[in-house]
Amino acid sequence: MNIGQLDFYTQAILSMAALVGLTSFLMLGQGRLLRLIFVFAMQGFLLTLTTAVAAYSLNNHHLYISAVLTFVLKVIFIPWMLRRQVMQMNMHRDIEALKNNTVVMLGGASLMVFSYYVLHPIVQSSSVVMLNALAVSLSVVLLGMLLMISHRQAIAHVVGFMSIENGLFFAAIVATNGMPMVVELGVAFDVLVAAVLFGIFFLHIRTSIDSLDVDQLNKLHEVDQ
Amino acid sequence: MIAAYLVLLIPLIGIVYFALAGHRTDTGKLNVRFNGANFLATIWLAINVLNQGTIISSGKAFLIDPFNVYLIVLTAFVGLTTSIFSSPYMAHEKEIGKLTDRRLKLYYSMFQGFMLAMYLVLTTNNMGIMWVAMEGATLATVLLVSLYRTPESIEAAWKYFILCGVGIAQALFGTILLYYAAVQIGDSENALLWSVLYENAGQLNPEILEIAFVFLLIGYGTKIGLVPLHNWLPDAHSEGPTPMSAVLSGLLLNDALYAVVRNKMLVDGATDSTMAGYLMMGFGLLSFLVAAILLHRQKDIKRLFSYSSIEHMGLMTFAFGIGGPLATFAALLHMTVHSLTKSAIFVTVGHAAQLAGTQRIDQIRGLIKTQPKIGWGLLIGTIAIAGFPPFGVFTSEFLVLLATMHSYPWLAPFLLLGIGIAFAGLFRHIQPMVYGDKPEGQQAIKANLWPVTIHLALVLWLGLAIPGFLAHWFSQATLLISGSMPL
Repeated sequence: MNIGQLDFYTQAILSMAALVGLTSFLMLGQGRLLRLIFVFAMQGFLLTLTTAVAAYSLNNHHLYISAVLTFVLKVIFIPWMLRRQVMQMNMHRDIEALKNNTVVMLGGASLMVFSYYVLHPIVQSSSVVMLNALAVSLSVVLLGMLLMISHRQAIAHVVGFMSIENGLFFAAIVATNGMPMVVELGVAFDVLVAAVLFGIFFLHIRTSIDSLDVDQLNKLHEVDQ
Repeated sequence: MIAAYLVLLIPLIGIVYFALAGHRTDTGKLNVRFNGANFLATIWLAINVLNQGTIISSGKAFLIDPFNVYLIVLTAFVGLTTSIFSSPYMAHEKEIGKLTDRRLKLYYSMFQGFMLAMYLVLTTNNMGIMWVAMEGATLATVLLVSLYRTPESIEAAWKYFILCGVGIAQALFGTILLYYAAVQIGDSENALLWSVLYENAGQLNPEILEIAFVFLLIGYGTKIGLVPLHNWLPDAHSEGPTPMSAVLSGLLLNDALYAVVRNKMLVDGATDSTMAGYLMMGFGLLSFLVAAILLHRQKDIKRLFSYSSIEHMGLMTFAFGIGGPLATFAALLHMTVHSLTKSAIFVTVGHAAQLAGTQRIDQIRGLIKTQPKIGWGLLIGTIAIAGFPPFGVFTSEFLVLLATMHSYPWLAPFLLLGIGIAFAGLFRHIQPMVYGDKPEGQQAIKANLWPVTIHLALVLWLGLAIPGFLAHWFSQATLLISGSMPL
C-alpha cells in the first residue's frame, strides 16, 4: 500500500487514526489531571475533525450534525465539567504517582498489536485502510480500560470511560460513515446523561469519603474481613 | 400497533409526571396505577399478537413477535406487582428516616424510567436503539442503587456504573461491527433493523459477525451477570432498595439475555459454525457453577439471592447456547419462572429485612414464629427457586438437563452437581432464618404478601400445566430461535 496513491479522504482518515491512537497513549502516561483532561479534549477535537472531513468528502449531511454534537459534548462540556471538579477539589497541583508506568505503556503497545490481531480476518472482505481504522478504534477502547485500571482518581476513570466512547465513535465514523441518525442521537443522549450522572456522583463520593480516590471505595467484600 | 405505542407512552408520561409533581403521600399508589395501566396495554398488545402473529410497525421501528411479546407482558406484570409492594415499603423507609421526599421523587420517576428502557429494549426492531435503551436502563437505575447515600451504597453504585458502562461499550463495538457487515450488503438506513438483518443473515460476512458476537456477548453478558463480569451485580442488588433488587433480578437480566439471543440468531444465520453457541455454553456453565459455590459464603440475604440470580442466568445462557428446540423451549420457560420466583423472593426478603432490622443472615431468625406469612413465603419461594417439583423451575431445569443429556451427555454431571451445590447453599442459610426461636422484641410488621402469593401460584401453575396460548408462543419463539418446533 502506497500512501501517496490513496485519495485525500483515505489519507486523512489514516492520519486521524494515528493521531487518535497517539492521544490515547498520551493519556495513559499522564499523572496530572488537568493535562489528562486537556489531552482528552484534544482527542474529542480530532474526532470532530474526522467527522467533519467524512461529512465533507462523502457529502453526507447528517455527519455535520454528529460533528457539532461531538464538539459540544466532548470538547467543551465534559472537559469543562471535569476541570471544574478538579479545581473545586483543589487537585490541580497533585501529580498521581503512576505505579509501573513502563509496564503499563508496554501493555498499551501490546493491546494495540492485539487489536490488529483480533480484527485481521476483516482484511479478507475489505481494505487494509479499514483494518487500520478499526484496529485503532478497538485499541482506543482497550487503552481506555487500561487507563481506568492504572489510575486511582475517579476523574481519570471518567476520562477513561469517555475515551472508550471516543474509540467507539471513531469506529462508527470511519467504518460505516456514522450509524443511523436515530442511533447516533440516542448514543449522544446516553453520553450526556452519563456525564451529568458522573458530576452528581463526584459530589456523593466526596461527601461520603472526602476524596475522589477510588481505592477508598473498598467496603463491599465477598466475605467479612 | 397502537398498543405498542401505548406501552412506551405510559411510562414516559410517568417519568415526566413524577419528576414535575414532586412526592406526595399518594405517589406510591399512583405508581401502581401507571404500572397497572401499562399491564393492561401489554395484555391488549398480546391479544393483538395472538390474533395476527408477528407485528412490525410502519417504518419498521418496532417489532413484536412471539419471542418478545411474552417478555413484554412479564415485564409489565412484575413491574405492577413490584410497584404494589414498593408503595408501603418505601413509605416505611421514609417513616424510619432513611429517605426524604426528594429522593422518593427521584425513586418513582426513575422507576418509570427503568420500565420505559425495558419496554424499549424489548419492542425495538433496531439493534442500535436496543443498545441505547440497555444503557438507558443502567443510567436510570444507577442513582437508585445509591438511594440511601451510605458509603456502601455509593460504592456499589459507582461499581455498577463503571463496570456496566465499560461492559456495555463492548456491545456497542459489536453493534458497529454488525452494522459494518450489514452496510456491505444493503442500504444503510435500514441496515440495523433486526427484521432486515434476519432476512439477509445468510449474506452477512461470517468473519465479521463472529468477531462482533464476541463483543456483543461480553457487553450484554456484563448486564446478564455472567462470571467473570458479575462483580457489580451482588453489590448493586444488596445496597439498593429492595423493590429495585426485584426488578433488576426479574427484568434487567432477562432483557440483557434477550439482546444476546437476538444477536445469536443473526450470527447463527450468517455462519455455519457453532461458535456462538459454544461461547454461551461455556460462559453459562462457568457462571452457573461459580455462583452455586459462592452461595455458600454469603453473609447478606440480598447478596445470597443475587448469586442465585447469577446461577440461574448462567443456566439460561447455557441452555440457549445448546440451541436445540428442547433446550430453547426450556430456556424460555426458565426465563419466565425465574423472573416470577426471584421477584417474589426479593419482595419477601424485603419484608424479612424490615422485620429484623438488618440484612445480615446471622441476625435474621425465627421468621415463622414472628410472622408466619413472611417465613412461609421465604421458605416456599426458596423451595421453588431451588428447583423442587411441582414448581415451574423444576420443569424448566429438568428440560435443560434432558436436552443436555441428549446433546452433550458429558456435561450433565456438571449441571447436576451445580444444582446440588446451589440447593445446599440456599438451605443452609434459609433454614435457621425461617425456623428457630425469634429474637427478643421482634415484632410483626405490616406486610402485603399478595404479590408473592400470586407469583408463586403462577410458578406452581406453570410447573403443573403450561396454558395453551403460552405454550403456543414458546413453541413459535423456539421455532424462530432454533429453527424447528419443540417436541
